[in-house]
Amino acid sequence: MTPDAIRTAFLEDLTSVAPDIDPDTVGDDDHLQDDLGLDSMDFLNLVSALHKRFGLPIPEADYPELATTARAVRYLGKAMAG
Amino acid sequence: MPSLGADMEEGTLIEWLIAPGATVARGDIVAVVETQKGAIEIEIFEPGEVVSLIAQPGQTLPVGAPLATLRKPGEGVEDAPEPEPEPVAEAVATPEAAPEPAAPVKRPMQEPAPVTGGAAASGPLASPAAKARAAEAGIDLARVSGSGPGGAVLLADVEASLAAAPKQARQPDTPATRPAPKGKPGLDMAEMRRAIAAAMSRAKREIPHYYLSHRIDLQAAQDWLSARNAERPPDERLLMGALLIRATVRALAKVPELNGRHEGADYTPSDTINCGMAVAMRGGGLIAPAIMDAQDKGLDAIMEAMRDLVARTRAGRLRNSEVTQGTLTVSSLGESGVDALFGVIYPPQVALVGFGSPRTEPVVQRGNLAARLCVTATLAADHRVSDGRRGATFLAEIDRLLQEPETL
Repeated sequence: MTPDAIRTAFLEDLTSVAPDIDPDTVGDDDHLQDDLGLDSMDFLNLVSALHKRFGLPIPEADYPELATTARAVRYLGKAMAG
Repeated sequence: MPSLGADMEEGTLIEWLIAPGATVARGDIVAVVETQKGAIEIEIFEPGEVVSLIAQPGQTLPVGAPLATLRKPGEGVEDAPEPEPEPVAEAVATPEAAPEPAAPVKRPMQEPAPVTGGAAASGPLASPAAKARAAEAGIDLARVSGSGPGGAVLLADVEASLAAAPKQARQPDTPATRPAPKGKPGLDMAEMRRAIAAAMSRAKREIPHYYLSHRIDLQAAQDWLSARNAERPPDERLLMGALLIRATVRALAKVPELNGRHEGADYTPSDTINCGMAVAMRGGGLIAPAIMDAQDKGLDAIMEAMRDLVARTRAGRLRNSEVTQGTLTVSSLGESGVDALFGVIYPPQVALVGFGSPRTEPVVQRGNLAARLCVTATLAADHRVSDGRRGATFLAEIDRLLQEPETL
């Protein structure tokens, strides 16, 4: 998957768990919790959605890698490649 | 129109989920009403048969106005109106009917012409839900065959028609015919702020609050949680918030007077624990829907209920029992907040438990300094019902329970 495709998929899952967020306004470096206001339940639901979509385990220890869209795209790309 | 909070004056019917002739049981969801707290699913509290639907989707009605008439099981049928859309004047002639339902009603500009005199003045006979669904889907009711009394088109008929002809040409819907969008929060933040202001002003006016604070070592709970979650896929992982709520609910067994409702001059302790959970809305404001019967739910069930409640709060699909029947509220700041929160009790409840953000702190353990994850738990409680000593026992019990997470 290209980084752009991963980004699109990530934003799709993000807006499915947070339907009030407009994907066009999400900056690559916005912090999901501090800037976009996701709470721990929203974040866990996002991890669940990404887990199902990409088939990756995403252990809790890796949660910081999903802190922003840019970091998440890098993390997911690397995890799928490796 | 049920009251969904002491401050609620009116609500707007969005849709009916029942049709005349339907048999309903206590607890069935029968309608969706738009309120200051978003769209709320209305449960019915009496079993019976739906005789008629009085309110039309789109109508705004004051609290107490009848929405529908219901025949209780075993009630006489001799003078019951035919189960078809009834004129308002007849349908409200029931003993419990509130006064003057028609007068204060605000109607959207292009509401379907109200049925008058029992005769279908325009278009085919159809239930309000069927009309709303047909308008939403852009299909002509005249082309749907009705299975209801007198050939009335029911919601099920419209659904069947839609299912049979999914590609049927649909008229583009216009703002006037389109009901409120479903599944969207549809929250008016100014209204929500007003509702919060009313409830909190009442709390500060009527409830003599006292406050306690206690630091709890969460390291044991965190270690247990990390080990448990490491073996599980995301769907089965627990959040610390579930442990905090579970510990709070269990601690109530030791100080049961903190769980209940103070209505009028009387305090009534509650046997069941409907544990409110404050959910912050991203646009501002918050809602504290309750996890019903939390005393019967284990850790996984609490987690599942929290997940479900948060999702439905975000989507604007809470039930009226969840927003009105709470017996105690927990407010948890989560990971990126401050050290402690001192809450305002949500009336008519008598206690609110607050958890600040867990942080790693220096703790003296058996004479040595250690870095441990800690959380500050607070209690705001009603002095008419309990005293500081009992409140302290309660917070100490939450602490004790969290030191043995495997037994939660």
